[in-house]
Amino acid sequence: MNAIEVHNLSKSYGKVQALDNVSFSVERGELFGLIGPDGAGKTTLFRLLTTLISPDSGRAEVDGFDIVKNYHEIRSCVGYMPGRFSLYPDLSVEENLNFFAALFGVTVEDSYELIAPIYKQIEPFRTRRAGKLSGGMKQKLALSCALIHRPKVLFLDEPTTGVDAVSRSEFWDMLSTLKEHGLTILVSTPYMDEASRCDRIALCNEGRILSINTPKGIVSGFDRQLYGIKSKNMFALLERARRSEGVIDCYPFGEKHHLITNEVFDIEQFKIQFCDVKDLEIEPIEPTIEDVFIKLMKR
Amino acid sequence: MKQNFGSFVKKESLHILRDKRTMLVVMLIPVVLMILFGFAISTEVNNVNVAVVAPERTDGVRDAVEKLSQNEYFTFKGYISSDEIDLNLRSGKVGVVVVFASDYDRRVAQVKDGISTKPVIQLVVDASNVNTAGSATAYLQGVLLGSASQQAMFETRMLFNPQMKSAYNFVPGIMGLIFILVCAMMTSVSIVREKEVGTMEVLLVSPVRPVKIIFAKMIPYFVISCIVLVIILLLARYLLGVPMSGGVSGIFSLSLLYLLLSLSLGLLVSTIASTQIAALLVSAMVMMMPILMLSGMLFPIENLPKFFQVVSNIIPARWYIDAVRKMMIQGLPLVAVWKNGVILLGMTVMILAVSLKKFNDKLE
Repeated sequence: MNAIEVHNLSKSYGKVQALDNVSFSVERGELFGLIGPDGAGKTTLFRLLTTLISPDSGRAEVDGFDIVKNYHEIRSCVGYMPGRFSLYPDLSVEENLNFFAALFGVTVEDSYELIAPIYKQIEPFRTRRAGKLSGGMKQKLALSCALIHRPKVLFLDEPTTGVDAVSRSEFWDMLSTLKEHGLTILVSTPYMDEASRCDRIALCNEGRILSINTPKGIVSGFDRQLYGIKSKNMFALLERARRSEGVIDCYPFGEKHHLITNEVFDIEQFKIQFCDVKDLEIEPIEPTIEDVFIKLMKR
Repeated sequence: MKQNFGSFVKKESLHILRDKRTMLVVMLIPVVLMILFGFAISTEVNNVNVAVVAPERTDGVRDAVEKLSQNEYFTFKGYISSDEIDLNLRSGKVGVVVVFASDYDRRVAQVKDGISTKPVIQLVVDASNVNTAGSATAYLQGVLLGSASQQAMFETRMLFNPQMKSAYNFVPGIMGLIFILVCAMMTSVSIVREKEVGTMEVLLVSPVRPVKIIFAKMIPYFVISCIVLVIILLLARYLLGVPMSGGVSGIFSLSLLYLLLSLSLGLLVSTIASTQIAALLVSAMVMMMPILMLSGMLFPIENLPKFFQVVSNIIPARWYIDAVRKMMIQGLPLVAVWKNGVILLGMTVMILAVSLKKFNDKLE
């Protein structure tokens, strides 16, 4: 039995189709990532699976329980960390943790060894009000609270949004540690670079899942040659490159433009064609998950 | 899961105790309102300046004026002539001018003997403040009628509140208002805050039924309201001198019922509102205004247009204020206001049932 089973799940808010016929499954002990921009339907999916809202159609099971019929059972076996900080800012670190322990009828001592790797880092500040913590510390506290009752499935909705790069990386390390305890983790993020830390990812956009695979599998599905190009006048280059022969697409990507090409593309020919462009640099590059995402989105 | 109920109550109390400003406001509002209504805003007659016009200062006239100047609510400003009346009232020097008829003694005697029904005294009143004018006139009439020459005509006795002190009337009204403020408004805001901040999401995704959390939320507010109730009763008794001859136990038990009702109202508001501002506005507009206008707190219900008299029946504060007034001022026991108690109980059960039914353990 899989930890999460989703079959043809749909949900709309008025005229907005937030989730459109989504199906996937997450194995036990898996770290599964939902990758997509804002408005992709990630939060809606989380709210459906944590039984906060009901689906329009389709069905889903979490830890073998139906999200509509057995929602009370689901509520005691999952941990949920919503997208925005949702602890009590006027209570101290310790008071928040104790309250959430009481909410699930456990004590902090019961789960201490599970949360210790995370909680130890904020324990020196245990008398500080949660509202006065830094972004990274808030996130650690929220994760500790979500883990306090030893859930079987952990739902993390954009846990790294608004957190600095170092804390983000630390956070993913913590998730890897938790996985060793056998936890199933469903995590969403708008950052493509974090996707490679997951076992499997689902790329989603506008309520649909575009592709599900391992991060490596996703990248290897990119069947075109990719180049990175750079010059003094980036904007003019973008316009010109798009009209060039053998170029399927060209889009800005960080400090370079990514150039997707087909069989007729010849790099020497390209260099000659663009010889009037100042400081032109062009080199073949490996595709990233974001390249795959852009390709899928344009289809 | 008894032990976690305790920790919910503890958590809620911490929220309240840490929000010192709100706490202070809650404790100060009743005191300020009591002092405001008790002393500053009063419709009772106090220090009204009176001038007298009397063509002849006969024994009867002098007798009446004597009575007037001895009365603590009126200040006798002296005799004036009839053409000075307008000037005196206009300048605000006096509030009332008493004009005695010429040949006063003889005409009084005629009235007494039933020969004549012509008025013998005219009151010229500055009615720019309707309330003061009305009660000054009524009280002045009482004083003058009581004068020796007139006593055969009427005898009025003001029961329960002989000096017509308005504080007596306002105390129950303030109680009706303040508990809605503390219980309904504050509980609804604190429940809605959890929705707004997002903690409600986390609370819902837990094995605890949200209703239990909500009840835990109500307890600290209930305790605060009880403290406020004690403060109000103490102020009423010792600062404003309200008699409470019927004892406080009846007032106290009825108030506890009213507190429960207010808490359920707060719960109802929280199921409708989704932001703290909305909860505040709903509490203020839908609950405070009717209480001020239609509960008999400021204006007697009998003076309202028929339509609003009917509407006032569904306002809980009306029944509470009416009952407390009877117990506090008339000194009636709780049994005497059983009808109000039953109505309040019925309303509580109904509001509680509706809001629990409306309360959703999902986000939508």
